[in-house]
Amino acid sequence: MSYLDNILFAILLVIGFGYFYTNVKKIIRNINLGTDVNRSDNPKARWTNMAMIALGQSKMVKRPIAGVLHIIVYVGFVIINIELLEIIIDGLFGTHRVFAFLGTTYDVLIASFEILALLVLVAVISFWIRRNIIKLKRFANPDLTGAPKNDANYILYFEVVLMTLFLLMNASDLHLQNVPGGFSHFIKAGSFPISQFIEPLFNGMSNELVMLLSEIFWWLHITGILIFMNYLYFSKHLHILLAFPNTYFANLNPQGQFDNLESVTKEVKLMMDPNADPFAAAPVDENAVPSKFGASDVQDLNWVQLLNAYTCTECGRCTSSCPANITGKKLSPRKIMMDTRDRMEEVGRNIDANKGIFIPDNKTLLNDYITPEELWACTSCNACVEECPVNISPLSIIMDMRRYLVMEQSAAPMPINAMMTNIENNGAPWQYNQQDRLNWKNE
Amino acid sequence: MAEMLAQGKQPEVLFWVGCAGSFDDRAKKITKAFVRILNRANVSFAVLGTEESCTGDPAKRAGNEFLFQMQAMMNIEVLNAYEAKKIVTACPHCFNTLKNEYPELGGKYEVVHHTEFLKSLLDDGRLTIEGGQFKGKRITFHDPCYLGRANNVYEAPRDLILKLDAELVEMKRSKANGLCCGAGGAQMFKDAEPGNKEINVERTEDALETKPEIIAAGCPFCNTMMTDGIKNKEKEGEVKVMDIAELIANAQDL
Repeated sequence: MSYLDNILFAILLVIGFGYFYTNVKKIIRNINLGTDVNRSDNPKARWTNMAMIALGQSKMVKRPIAGVLHIIVYVGFVIINIELLEIIIDGLFGTHRVFAFLGTTYDVLIASFEILALLVLVAVISFWIRRNIIKLKRFANPDLTGAPKNDANYILYFEVVLMTLFLLMNASDLHLQNVPGGFSHFIKAGSFPISQFIEPLFNGMSNELVMLLSEIFWWLHITGILIFMNYLYFSKHLHILLAFPNTYFANLNPQGQFDNLESVTKEVKLMMDPNADPFAAAPVDENAVPSKFGASDVQDLNWVQLLNAYTCTECGRCTSSCPANITGKKLSPRKIMMDTRDRMEEVGRNIDANKGIFIPDNKTLLNDYITPEELWACTSCNACVEECPVNISPLSIIMDMRRYLVMEQSAAPMPINAMMTNIENNGAPWQYNQQDRLNWKNE
Repeated sequence: MAEMLAQGKQPEVLFWVGCAGSFDDRAKKITKAFVRILNRANVSFAVLGTEESCTGDPAKRAGNEFLFQMQAMMNIEVLNAYEAKKIVTACPHCFNTLKNEYPELGGKYEVVHHTEFLKSLLDDGRLTIEGGQFKGKRITFHDPCYLGRANNVYEAPRDLILKLDAELVEMKRSKANGLCCGAGGAQMFKDAEPGNKEINVERTEDALETKPEIIAAGCPFCNTMMTDGIKNKEKEGEVKVMDIAELIANAQDL
């Protein structure tokens, strides 16, 4: 009977991590729906980016208030999770505060966890106030109503509950540590700068009741962490994991450099080759899928763009710096990323339901999620790319979808068609004669 | 360029004028101002003239990769035939496309924006700048997206303004945070989508907040957008929009 707790704990861990693992596999499968793109060059620059931007949060602090609050929660999350190691060992082997032998180091560790936990609480409450009371514009935009808004708040509630449970757990433990002559297995270990103020809460309760409460807090805390971990898959909070690969695989070229479509290069070279036989039949390849220009659905995007969509935490810095959105247009770079993820997950569910094969559902990312009106509002100014704290590029998706509209559907707005016709006819976006190019010299 | 080649000479730099610089009445003034400075500094330069064609930038940003690559390859054939090594242009869109998107298609050149080139002339002592009429004037610089964020050129234009002994004032959104004028991504050639404001008006308001006498630009399209914004705000009498090249040429009474 005495091992019941440990077995129960082991089962809890297996379920928690097992479910998480199956969902991680789904994420990887969905990202691989994208086309290939090579991002293995220049590993040194990529590691540096990851260290500076993901680990070092360098782009977060461009907005100092949110940046500092975020760093508190981030550092708190990373550091407090060291405690998780102790919790898992204690849970599996029935020990209690197994690292207590570290002595002073242990005191320092526990003390810093506690201080961080309090800071996290303060930061998270500030975040909640910014979202729900102050209603910062980027959190009140129409693309963030309903489910995404709730998601953001659930995450904050989770953190409040987890931090509170952590402090209550320590407070009850401290209370039992302080029982004159000792009580049960509650050895004197750790230093409790914050929970010492909660500890008096338990005065007047029987030691047995406090012990029961202590165990409940302990179990709820670890269960909460496991639930939170599994909630990530359904949430924008995935960024805590994906920010790292996302910054590693992000584009390293100058932001102004857009990729040259290789399939087009081949065709153009053929067109311009004086030795090419214009009547020659194209080489027949039975398995060749006619290449599509640009993107109308998630399968046409590359895997980094899909990774971007999973990484996006919907902070809206992109949207708040987008000239089109600022001036009231429908385009929101954040919505581009959210739509891409929603569609990718829809396609993923379709594949799950159809035994691994995608059955066309008469829907596409273009039109059903993202409208041409949004795409045509973009000035390609790169403000969204510059702003993103984890180097997501909404612009690259917008451009790929414009390519589809123009090259597959000839669906550009009329004036754009006129501009392109001019370039074709007279080598300038306006109707001027090529022969007049040097007229300025004599004017 | 053809004339130079006929004489067996290679210019120090090829000046890529661009469509706006060749055809747009306002931008032609920038072209001429830049040429006057090049002549003053004794820079041997050439232009492609009627052999120049659109770089394809607006087609590419609109999504027409075909048209872009057609333009690119035609231009690359011409540039390579003349063995062009170094190209300077007063248009950040041409600059970005030539610099970043042509190499992969076979066009590898050293490409600089005219503000960078002017800065290098100054650093080499080939050009001296005195403030002249701009001494002490309040000038704010609007960062073109394709010069700033796209290629991280922020300082060259500012250094030049400071050389005029002018008072450089920054807008609240500047450098990497600069707001687009609204012309990029082929927007120049179409009406804006429905919204509650024009982007160039929003940006002009940023500029006017600094109470400038002059809004300096480094892009013919930004120039147009900001000029229109100033008209919209009925400030034509008080605030001028000028290219950096015009500032320098005018300061020297060129």
